[in-house]
Amino acid sequence: MDYGTLRGLIALLILTLFIIIVVWAYSRKRNNSFDKAANSIFEEDRKEETNKQETNNNV
Amino acid sequence: MNQSNTSAVDYNMSVVRQFTVMTVIWGFVGTLVGVLIAAQLIWPALNFDTPWLTYSRLRPLHTNAVIFAFGTSALFATSYYVVQRTCKTALFSPGLASFTFWGWQAIIVAAAITLPLGYTTSKEYAELEWPIDIAIAVVWVSYAIVFFGTIIKRTSSHIYVANWFFGGFIITVAVLHIGNSMAIPVSMMKSYSLYSGAIDAMMQWWYGHNAVGFLLTAGFLGMMYYFVPKQAERPVYSYRLSIVHFWALVSLYIWAGPHHLHYTALPDWAQSLGMVMSVVLFLPSWGGMINGIMTLSGAWHKLRSDPILRFLIVSLSFYGMSTFEGPMMAIKSVNALSHYTDWTIGHVHSGALGWVAMVSIGAMYHLIPILFNQERMYSIRLINIHFWMHTAGIILYIVAMWISGVMQGLMWRAVNADGTLTYSFVESLTASYPFYFMRFLGGVLVVAGFVIMAYNMFKTIGAQDGSLKKVEAA
Repeated sequence: MDYGTLRGLIALLILTLFIIIVVWAYSRKRNNSFDKAANSIFEEDRKEETNKQETNNNV
Repeated sequence: MNQSNTSAVDYNMSVVRQFTVMTVIWGFVGTLVGVLIAAQLIWPALNFDTPWLTYSRLRPLHTNAVIFAFGTSALFATSYYVVQRTCKTALFSPGLASFTFWGWQAIIVAAAITLPLGYTTSKEYAELEWPIDIAIAVVWVSYAIVFFGTIIKRTSSHIYVANWFFGGFIITVAVLHIGNSMAIPVSMMKSYSLYSGAIDAMMQWWYGHNAVGFLLTAGFLGMMYYFVPKQAERPVYSYRLSIVHFWALVSLYIWAGPHHLHYTALPDWAQSLGMVMSVVLFLPSWGGMINGIMTLSGAWHKLRSDPILRFLIVSLSFYGMSTFEGPMMAIKSVNALSHYTDWTIGHVHSGALGWVAMVSIGAMYHLIPILFNQERMYSIRLINIHFWMHTAGIILYIVAMWISGVMQGLMWRAVNADGTLTYSFVESLTASYPFYFMRFLGGVLVVAGFVIMAYNMFKTIGAQDGSLKKVEAA
């Protein structure tokens, strides 16, 4: 196989990988877990708020 | 440790605090040197006839200070903060984390001494000589160990998207720096590149453009994916788009370097490849920009009352602008007009002052109160004033450079009927003077904005813990 053909095949391989990533990312199955991931950065704040409220209740 | 963290994790915030404070200080220093050299272009006497203060030595000092002192300190601060908060664990190896801070500051000081003394490899954005290059490699590998060590010991199952961008940036910058800095030392402060001729040029711009692509883009996109949703108090517009954004961006950026070498000794096919890949790069860039801005959809009113959010969202607008302008300028026929003119300088600054600096400033205003146990910055009004000064400064700067650059390009290519050049070089220089003054004014506004930011920061740090209470938006 000459160098040009090899490079062409690698380009095709990378294109296929990219399509797989897109299909994977947009599949309905993962909808829920991505929503959770996107909201994960707010978890600690919510915990803090509940903590504060609990402290207030105790007072 | 930070008292406001009621969660069980004992985060390592001291290194984040150190990098945060230095980010603001280096932001001021770096832009101040920029204003000085902008002034030298109008009043050459400002080098005071000393070799240490000549434009040629201060220009690399300016670029190194803003990219590696200001920008990279901001990246260290935010990546250390984000990786801890999203992985819900303290930093891996506090000793090594502390070493990255002191090591990085020592490298900045070494740069600030050697560049004015005239020690340079003459490679743009990689001017530092070999002993400093080795120190950079050591600190950078330590940074990678701290960052990925923290990811490995995380207690959350998912790795949040911001960490993917930070991780990609850290790995790629290590590869670029070590690859491009390969040199043979001939004395303590002099070395020759391992590469020669057109290959040296290609290596240099493979490094140079990916420093833009990974340090100044991927790293700051990591910042964007955490701080924009946090400040807007809503999750990112599309998490799935952010995944596609990441993979598309990292696989395309690496090819764009040759557009810096159009119409040079670089083979034509390599130039054309660089041009095509640069144009394609428009797609992931705008995908990410839209993802960031649309995070605000349904909450646009927040822009009216929150100047921090305004910094973050306007940074994305500038990102969109410069990633549209960049692919256009990479097209060979456009490049024939724009290359070597002030248009390039304008383009760089719309990316650097607009995107990189604004997203960092927004992230710092978000971080400073959290790090120093306050609910808000000392003065929201001063943040607002800073926002308008910075924005006005950038607009003055880039409009001046656009006009000056296109004018230079047109004057340099103009020929008379007999084939001789219509204008001499010095005529184009004289024509640029008014625009150099306009650029200088823009730069003064940006530096003054950093002074206000530093004042606001030190007032916030100095205030009694918890004394600055959140004000509800009207």
